[in-house]
Amino acid sequence: MSAKTKQPKKKGTTVRAFKRDVSLYLFCLPGIILTFIFSYIPMYGVQLAFRRYNAKAGIWGSPWVGLYYFQRFFESPYFESTIKNTLILSLYGLIVSFPIPILLALLLNSFRHKRYRKIIQTVTYAPNFISTVVMCGMIILFLSPTVGVIGNVMKTFTGDAVNLMAKKEFWRHIYIWTGVWQSMGWNSVIYFAALSGISPELHEAAKCDGATKFQLIRYIDFPSILPTATILLIMNCGSILSIGFEKAYLLQNDLNLQVSEIISTYVYKVGLINNDMSYSTAIGLFNTVINLIMLLIVNKAADKLSGNSLW
Amino acid sequence: MQRVKEPKEIETKRKIKRCREDVIFDTVIFIILTVILVIVAYPLYWVIISSISDPIAVSGGKVLWRPIGFTLKGYAEVFKNESVMRGFFNAIIITVVGVCVNLAVTLPTAYALSRDKFGGRKIITMFYMVTMFFSGGLIPTYLVVRNLQMLNSIWALVLPGCLSVYNMIVARTFFKSNISEELYEAAEIDGCTQGRFFFSIALPLSAAITAILVLYYGVGHWNAYFSALVYISDPEKYPLQLVLRNILITNQTALSQTATTEAARAALREKQQLIEVMKYSLIIISSVPVLIMYPFIQKHFVKGVMIGSVKG
Repeated sequence: MSAKTKQPKKKGTTVRAFKRDVSLYLFCLPGIILTFIFSYIPMYGVQLAFRRYNAKAGIWGSPWVGLYYFQRFFESPYFESTIKNTLILSLYGLIVSFPIPILLALLLNSFRHKRYRKIIQTVTYAPNFISTVVMCGMIILFLSPTVGVIGNVMKTFTGDAVNLMAKKEFWRHIYIWTGVWQSMGWNSVIYFAALSGISPELHEAAKCDGATKFQLIRYIDFPSILPTATILLIMNCGSILSIGFEKAYLLQNDLNLQVSEIISTYVYKVGLINNDMSYSTAIGLFNTVINLIMLLIVNKAADKLSGNSLW
Repeated sequence: MQRVKEPKEIETKRKIKRCREDVIFDTVIFIILTVILVIVAYPLYWVIISSISDPIAVSGGKVLWRPIGFTLKGYAEVFKNESVMRGFFNAIIITVVGVCVNLAVTLPTAYALSRDKFGGRKIITMFYMVTMFFSGGLIPTYLVVRNLQMLNSIWALVLPGCLSVYNMIVARTFFKSNISEELYEAAEIDGCTQGRFFFSIALPLSAAITAILVLYYGVGHWNAYFSALVYISDPEKYPLQLVLRNILITNQTALSQTATTEAARAALREKQQLIEVMKYSLIIISSVPVLIMYPFIQKHFVKGVMIGSVKG
């Protein structure tokens, strides 16, 4: 729709160019209409954050309250705790789950036994396809003090089993390391693909010069996946405050809420359980803006440091 | 830096003999990878053996290495559970309809954007890129869906995410490198329109990318629960993942009665153990559709990642 009004800039032949491309514009139409409705209208609706939502009057008829909801969020006790929890969780996640797939890909690539490598790949990719719900169900069962493996191992050694899910000091570790378990194989695919693109002649030449396997990894393999890694790092940094709702929400319980309440779960609870629409929108908007700023900063920094950037 | 002593090591064998450092290195890699393999595989294995073991042994935590007292009671319980079956059915419908909508939107868009001569390419790409970095958020989207009267309907799960920008870029890259402009020009001379070219020439040549998209979107729909949590409140319409959540996570099973007599208490305990085993069977059954496709999926998914990584 909006695309139709924006005509291609070509010297004098605008109309003809448009006529030629009309079927291509039509191809784009369904996607544009749906994206407009479900992404752009909500973007416009984000002004709800500055209005006191009134169900009868709708978004446009609700009274303007300015920054009231932002102020309320900054002053609420949840401001500090949710931001802190979100930041710690995503930074911890970034530090742990970013390098591990790279290491795995490097190891797999220098592992010569093809058949065994295939098995390892198949098995480590598999958990990626488990749904979040099933994953969390498995975590709860596995860590359960009565039926779980961990509980029973603890029982045999210490005679007593602790419910790890009820201990708030373990929650972050559980969250992050099960995430590593689930996605390290899959995340290594992209690096593995980059590694298999390295010309074997490089390796052979290095071997002739007496390079050890470790040196091959250090001086050939690692530098060649660095650009890929940088791009992915930028992407990850951009979503540093948008850590997924799904898993955190499922692993929450009353005992660990102190560390497990993150921005996205809080937005959900405020908006759809307490029905405080405007407040929830304000928190969400705050989150989006911070993400955008983070992305721009990291992208700029990466561009300066290594010349790799998204744009 | 350690130097490798080589003159003595290189012998007249066909292969260059590995130096001692490399032997150690290979062994270390082997050990690390094996440890990783065991760590990843064991929980999966544990769920499988627990699902076919005796309920008493499972709830006592005895099942660690091999199944104890083979039984399929857990599976029987799953199939007896009405809400699970309904969820399964709903999930199949959502996945099928969802994938069809996804393809109908993604493929034409990706094709159009892959044409170099397409004038609107830049602006439409921008239009989609913006949505990757900025969104209205949960509540404004919810209000739009509610105003369209789509709460509690399948369309609320299917339409908002109808085009994933990442998948579209993967498809666009594929079209760009596989359906050349020259091919279209040749067809054009013979009087073929863009529309006809897309449907009768480009699409048949794009089976691989279609398979990749079907799998990406299909697994996504099958595993999704957040949108259903937000938009679906009628238990009749719950997709499988939401039913699973109620059973696995929030433990909502119909066991509210309190037992007073010894016999009733024993019966209750048995029922509880059965429910415990059912959880494992449920995990397996809900993953079956994905597991069956796994060999395919793995191949195609990997292919998809590679196509996508060309244009990062």
